[in-house]
Amino acid sequence: MTALAVEHLDVRHGQLQAVRDVSFTVGSGETLALVGANGAGKTTLLRAIAGAHLPAGGRVFIGDEDVTALPANRRAALGIALVPEGRRLFVEMTVEENLLLGRMTGRRGEWTLERVLATFPNLKPRLKSRAGTLSGGEQQATAIGRALMGNPQVLLLDELSLGLSPLVVDRVYESLATLMRSGTTMVLVEQDLGRALSVADTVGCMLEGRIVLESAAAGLSRERITEAYFGLRTGRELQGAVP
Amino acid sequence: MSAMAVSVERWTTRSRVAVGVVVVVLIVLAFGPLFLTAGQADRLTALFVYVILAAMWNALAGFGGLISVGQQAFFGLGAYFAVRLADAGIDPFLSLIVAGLAVAIVAVPLSYPMLRLRGGEFAIGMWVVAELTHLLVNLDTLVRGETGTSLISLNAYDAPARRAYIYWLALAVMIVLLGVLFALLRSRTGAAIQALRDDEVAAASLGVRVVGTKRILFTLAAVGAGLAGALWLATAITFQPKTFFGVQWTAYMVFMVLVGGIGTFEGAILGAVIFFLLETWFGATGVWYLIGLGAAAVLFSLLLPRGLWGAVEDRWSLRLLPVGYQLKPRTPSEG
Amino acid sequence: MFQVMRIINLAHGSLAVLAAFALFVLADRYGISPFLGILIVLPIMAVVGWILQVVVLERASRAGRLVPILATFGLAIVIDNFLFQQFGADTRSLAPYIGDLSYDSWQITDDISVGKIAVLTLVTAVVVLGAIQIFLSFTQLGRAVRATAEDPDTAGLVGIDARKINALATAIAMASVTLAGAALGMRATFDAYAGGTQLLFAFEAAVIGGAGSVWGTLFGGIILALGQSIGATIAPQGFLIGGHVAFFLVLFARLAIPGSIFRVFIASVLRSRPA
Repeated sequence: MTALAVEHLDVRHGQLQAVRDVSFTVGSGETLALVGANGAGKTTLLRAIAGAHLPAGGRVFIGDEDVTALPANRRAALGIALVPEGRRLFVEMTVEENLLLGRMTGRRGEWTLERVLATFPNLKPRLKSRAGTLSGGEQQATAIGRALMGNPQVLLLDELSLGLSPLVVDRVYESLATLMRSGTTMVLVEQDLGRALSVADTVGCMLEGRIVLESAAAGLSRERITEAYFGLRTGRELQGAVP
Repeated sequence: MSAMAVSVERWTTRSRVAVGVVVVVLIVLAFGPLFLTAGQADRLTALFVYVILAAMWNALAGFGGLISVGQQAFFGLGAYFAVRLADAGIDPFLSLIVAGLAVAIVAVPLSYPMLRLRGGEFAIGMWVVAELTHLLVNLDTLVRGETGTSLISLNAYDAPARRAYIYWLALAVMIVLLGVLFALLRSRTGAAIQALRDDEVAAASLGVRVVGTKRILFTLAAVGAGLAGALWLATAITFQPKTFFGVQWTAYMVFMVLVGGIGTFEGAILGAVIFFLLETWFGATGVWYLIGLGAAAVLFSLLLPRGLWGAVEDRWSLRLLPVGYQLKPRTPSEG
Repeated sequence: MFQVMRIINLAHGSLAVLAAFALFVLADRYGISPFLGILIVLPIMAVVGWILQVVVLERASRAGRLVPILATFGLAIVIDNFLFQQFGADTRSLAPYIGDLSYDSWQITDDISVGKIAVLTLVTAVVVLGAIQIFLSFTQLGRAVRATAEDPDTAGLVGIDARKINALATAIAMASVTLAGAALGMRATFDAYAGGTQLLFAFEAAVIGGAGSVWGTLFGGIILALGQSIGATIAPQGFLIGGHVAFFLVLFARLAIPGSIFRVFIASVLRSRPA
């Protein structure tokens, strides 16, 4: 069952074309990792899927529903949750309030405040603190928790490791592992190739707005990704070289 | 990919023609009192004042990004200073000029705290300044509260001469102020101002002294409004604080600049002309006229925020007065 | 209203005067007591606000920061002059319609008495502000309002419908505008052009109290009123001058000392909590 489908998506920032003719599907319970250099269009793509940015062309499907014309809050109600780049917490509000706001999607499901706190126990002592006073790892946990409170079908995660120390990123990814095991569909934007390859089922590499490589993560060599990442065209791919 | 050789030019053929036309018009206007009737001369004087007000408010809002709902403070202050100076025995026409310039003495120190306010706070804050100024001026016994007083020393001149002098003074002040603005925009400060208008943060990162530049605009706009107020006093002769310090002057300025084109030199002048014509035709209808002005302001701000001239500029890339730069590709022969 | 939509509504004062005139018409032509009239005018004003929101304010806030100032200023001019067109230059008051209440007072000591209307107004202000505070702090919808005020983009991502929230904020603002108009009419007089003065007072109160907090505005209003009263005792025109001077004193003090009084206080409290 396809949880998320994107067809020929074109997204612009004013005059600049940030996403060009992007199409892909993500099966239910699968994890897609999007990699690519800064400015490749990954964040814009995620925001366009979530509804924060209206596309110039193309379509977005959640399950079977065409959500292209819907604003972000309606898509959230249909089960898309975005953990934005830079966390974007409501810094004037407490952790608890941020988490409770996640319920505004109106969706019922397994994710309650208790379950989120069980998944991210480091938030328990910080529940009444203002989100602006949290450490990077705690903020990331809160942002993911807030998205989960909406009981999403599809979770979009943008640059989780941004600005976090490696140990903290480890912890965040451990919690993600639990999520993946529970069958949540995820699209992950990640700069750290190693991590991306280790958690994803499928990897997509973006360059200048296009997806230039889409492949199962298993058996994908770093070399092939690096080439796609930088847009190098060596003879290898054409020769059908095996990684 | 080879680089294109370009030369940077300020004047285009179009702008040369435009400036030529402007000069001709101004010369014709200068001979005004010789062939215009009394009523026409008075009306044109009013037009000159409107142009000053529009250009000055536009300088502040369109270039500085500072919307002030309180420029009437300086308008009234200019008139008030003129009354005071004339009362002290100074020639009335000299009083008018000095009064306008004297407004700077108030404007500069005022700019220090006021420019630290943002957006709406600055707008309403200036309105408070206007109200406070109005109240303080009312305390002056010479003004006698709302009864007001008059620039009686003007009566020393007989009516036709007086009218001609006021006309010429207004025309001259208008030309000088527009000239100063024009020169300012073409100077380095002008580039800074236009950078400010487009993006304050980016401008600051390039080293533009944001606050200093705004201060120049603030003071210029204040002095301009002050001179306009003094000139208005000359045509009206009586000084009633309520008329001069009323917020309707801001309403007029907002209308002129919004309709004409905010942020464009030509737009302010166009707006003043339109306002002048509307006032000539509809002013007598009283309150409906004001309602119409307000409604027009709302409509233009929502539907046509760049005003009429802005729309013209957008559609036909027309820029008449050379305040910007043009890139012209250099042909091989020019090298 | 400013908090949620980042719109400075220059028509705020004029809308209060509009409400006052509506109450006046109900009282004058239909004999409805202003207190009852409030119940009728409140929903009307809420609808007016909703229309304004959809037709004017929504477009204005999308168009940039400066446009709302110009659009609402134009609106204020339209409302003021429309009122003048309908009601002329006469000053009006709601006092005749509320009987003795307009000048009755409670005797506190032999020398000090407090006007009943003044007390009523203060109590109403406290109750309304308190209700708003409770709403914002303890209800899910209130949280949604605060979130939208802080970051409308992310608010949409978590499922909040920004348009509905803005409409709600406008409705609340309109309700308070109606009450303000009623209070103005009962305590004092008003005329078609009173909107500007009311806007200035409201603005001064908000700025004095620190435009970030609900209680700050009440606090600011009290300081403003104090300034006005002190000014009034000095000179007959001193009433208004006193208020404006108080406003500028506080404004410049705040600019010189960054942060509002409340925020500094709260920050120091937070810092003293165990980590």
